[in-house]
Amino acid sequence: MRAITKIEGTVAVLKMTNIDTDQIIPSEYLKTTTRSGLGKHLFHQWRFDQQGRERADFVLNRSETRKATILVAGDNFGCGSSREHAPWALLDFGITVVISSSFADIFCNNAIKNGLLPIRVDTASHQLLQKQNAQQISVDLEMQQINLDGNRIEFELEAFARYCLLNGINQLDFLLQHQTQIEAFEQTQAVYR
Amino acid sequence: MTQKTLEKTRDNKSGPQTLFDKIWARHLVTQEASETPAILYIDTHLIHEVTSPQAFAMLNERGLKVARADKTFATMDHTTPTSPPGRDGSYQFSGARERDQVEQLKKNCKRHAIPLFELGDPRQGIVHVIGPELGISQPGQTIVCGDSHTSTHGAFGALAFGVGSSEVGYVLATQCLPQRKPGSFGIRVDGKLRAGVSAKDLILAIISKIGIAGATGHVIEYFGEGVQALCMEQRMTLCNMSIEAGARAGLVAPDKKTFDYLRGREFSPPEGVQWQRATTDWAQLFTDHESAFDKLVVIDADKVTPMITYGTNPEMAIPIKSNIPDKAAPDALDYMGFQAGQPIQNTPVDVVFIGSCTNSRISDLREAAQILKRFSVASGVRTLIVPGSAQVKRQAEQEGLDKIFINAGAQWREPGCSMCLGMNGDVIQAGQICVSTSNRNFEGRQGEGGRTLLASPKTAAAAAVCGKVVDPAKLEATQTCVQ
Repeated sequence: MRAITKIEGTVAVLKMTNIDTDQIIPSEYLKTTTRSGLGKHLFHQWRFDQQGRERADFVLNRSETRKATILVAGDNFGCGSSREHAPWALLDFGITVVISSSFADIFCNNAIKNGLLPIRVDTASHQLLQKQNAQQISVDLEMQQINLDGNRIEFELEAFARYCLLNGINQLDFLLQHQTQIEAFEQTQAVYR
Repeated sequence: MTQKTLEKTRDNKSGPQTLFDKIWARHLVTQEASETPAILYIDTHLIHEVTSPQAFAMLNERGLKVARADKTFATMDHTTPTSPPGRDGSYQFSGARERDQVEQLKKNCKRHAIPLFELGDPRQGIVHVIGPELGISQPGQTIVCGDSHTSTHGAFGALAFGVGSSEVGYVLATQCLPQRKPGSFGIRVDGKLRAGVSAKDLILAIISKIGIAGATGHVIEYFGEGVQALCMEQRMTLCNMSIEAGARAGLVAPDKKTFDYLRGREFSPPEGVQWQRATTDWAQLFTDHESAFDKLVVIDADKVTPMITYGTNPEMAIPIKSNIPDKAAPDALDYMGFQAGQPIQNTPVDVVFIGSCTNSRISDLREAAQILKRFSVASGVRTLIVPGSAQVKRQAEQEGLDKIFINAGAQWREPGCSMCLGMNGDVIQAGQICVSTSNRNFEGRQGEGGRTLLASPKTAAAAAVCGKVVDPAKLEATQTCVQ
């Protein structure tokens, strides 16, 4: 996994709250056995009409934001289905950071496992960031700061997630380092099957 | 309904513990620290064709083996056809990609010696229906699956939660997950549900009260008189939709009903010493005192009436007899084609779906049959009834429910997830309104442009026979479907 330290990029703002993973990627596009190539289906129902043509007014179709790498979204981003295809689709499209006032638990877990940075900010910062559509901002994971045009917004990421993202560490390796403890634990477990 | 929220001062060592605290503590391989999460041991891992291929690919890329195939169980459900197999036993998939996922699962299970309940196996079905009915899901366990409705298994007093495909891979490789401990959220249900009101109505009432993100970062425990009174299948419906309030998991303390349900099932502890040992242990699984919860909400069960959703997430639910709220989200109403303040009753319905991991068990089908044995499906309403498993299907057919459904004009299908998310080709068309017993009314969930109203099996059956949204209680009192 690629290490993340600093990210600079264009912001796309999606103000809707409770954006569920069915919107991020509809189930029709989960019929795959790989994790690649899902970006073209990102936000399918919002990006395309029923004939498959781009909807001109959707933020990721507009010229100034179609190459955005930082998404600022409404509260409770990523609720619903546990599909990891949601962060895969965002990353494949080119989004590397999602900023919101809150995230659904499973989405947040899945994002971190793939090097997609979910940043939770307070309400005031969230409101300020929602006014930055098409602006350039930078995110510093080491310092846990977002910098935008003279403003500095602090955020906090869970310590282990931050460590793994900064160093490009796959969390599976952390588990594999504990094989001995896992096997010892198994000896103590009651099994009723 | 009354609500109170307690901010608890936590004293983990000496204070009262929740059921969740107890299960958590039993599964800690390593403790949580400020810099590192806990390593949580997983007792049961359920897999299916849609979220597992990438996990197996990761194992193969890294040359890893499945650590505990004996704790892993596979089924196929999401993309499987609900039309019967041909005379040669072959299944008609809606496309090559669907078939590929199923073939891939077969290969992966064979290679890693994982038990698989494939199409045609008498034990095949929706993962959250078969886990309980085979006795795989047991009290006190940690259970995960690459599916957010894994919370269903919490009905047995297990800590059961959905994970992504990376975590499916971690569990395949190590039988463990790195986890921070979530908070605890008690939902006390005082009193009992009134006749004609189901667990589905109760959970929709709870979600509409606490909100779609009301329990984010928490594990819900449902308790109190109203929960104890529910049968195991109703408890599964209740726990199933915990994720729709954002909860990490939802559970109910095991009791005699739990033990009676599990006794004698294929993977349950065998009778005799093992059963005794298991039930003695399971009887220790309860919350010491409600003050142990980080948050507490109280619901009065006898005030709950049949519920239905009007919007585009499960929080947007109202009693069927009431009007769409004046403050309803405009974009949701725009998508649904509804106006704020209008009654939800009499909304014309195009499709009815009775099925999904929420409501496809035998008691759900019996509820629907009570209405469909008296009335026929209204003309033009496409009605699909999809049992949750091959076992549920056999039971329903033994009871003659299949004939009731077919005679009423409904379609009786093969088991699977079907129209809950429409991955197998069972979809609704753009603009159509579907009253569905499933769990999500997100935009396009059942088919692009489709509009979903979530409700109980009884309400769905009533909508099928009237061709519009009606209060099922009204229908039960009459001999004809006149509104």
